[in-house]
Amino acid sequence: MIITVKFFATLRDGRGKVQVLEVEEPTRTRDIINRFDILEEDVAILLINGRDGDLDRPLKDQDVLSIFPPVGGG
Amino acid sequence: MATMHRYDRNKNCISAVEQEGLAQARVCVIGCGGLGGYNIEMLARVGIGHISAIDGDVFDVSNLNRQLYSDMDVIGQGKADVAARRVHAFNPDITITPIKAFVSEENAKELLENHDIIVDSLDNIETRKTVAKLCQQLNIPFVYGAIAGWYGQVSTIMPGDQTLEKLYRSKVKSGAEKKLGNPSFTPALIASMQVAEVVKILTQKGDILQNKVLFIDTLDHEYWVQPLLE
Repeated sequence: MIITVKFFATLRDGRGKVQVLEVEEPTRTRDIINRFDILEEDVAILLINGRDGDLDRPLKDQDVLSIFPPVGGG
Repeated sequence: MATMHRYDRNKNCISAVEQEGLAQARVCVIGCGGLGGYNIEMLARVGIGHISAIDGDVFDVSNLNRQLYSDMDVIGQGKADVAARRVHAFNPDITITPIKAFVSEENAKELLENHDIIVDSLDNIETRKTVAKLCQQLNIPFVYGAIAGWYGQVSTIMPGDQTLEKLYRSKVKSGAEKKLGNPSFTPALIASMQVAEVVKILTQKGDILQNKVLFIDTLDHEYWVQPLLE
């Protein structure tokens, strides 16, 4: 199946803005972030197809993941 | 008369009745640093009549790159006190109350109650969660803003909303700002959006960022409002 991963802010370093992957089923969101060496603690906002996502959810063909790091300064 | 003349340039955006409403409003800004300095300045200039400025910290040389109320003469002085002096210098009619304290679970209720809106100018995620939780209990809107380097985000959290849970899935206490720092332009930009939210909440006009987050990426020029859907 085809999964699109969009990276934001510092998560773009070394990964670019977007990657389109072909992965085997079943694949969960957690498998994707592990594949890109992203620590779970660095996933502040996780959207799957524009909605609040879940690291354990099995992904479906054509899903779009958006991953944002924590922003906490003031 | 002098008061109305002061707000001459507001009046095509904010009516005389709305301006009077802003003068009656009680807004609390938590943090008087990067976001806080700009938030306090713009809230006061637009005519918010009662502002509480909370910060337990003193100005340091490393604040000079971005914190509006920092200058060479106030290094070592309390940020809340300096903010109050600066506001008083351009509008003595505003009641600005400096509070030299760090907000914690122990003192948050006492500091935040009796305000119409709380404006986030904090520098860490943990205290934001404490404040957001208390705003829920006290039934007070919380105008969230956070920055890191080239990036910032803004949202308006009304009582009952679970917005921070969606913005901070993990338990981290700080974010990308630890690596990136904060340059001068990001706090000014995010604070501008926060103050516009405050004015819209108080005047009940326009579209607020409830259950939405505004993302700003000044590095790649990406700016958009993301709905926070379940």
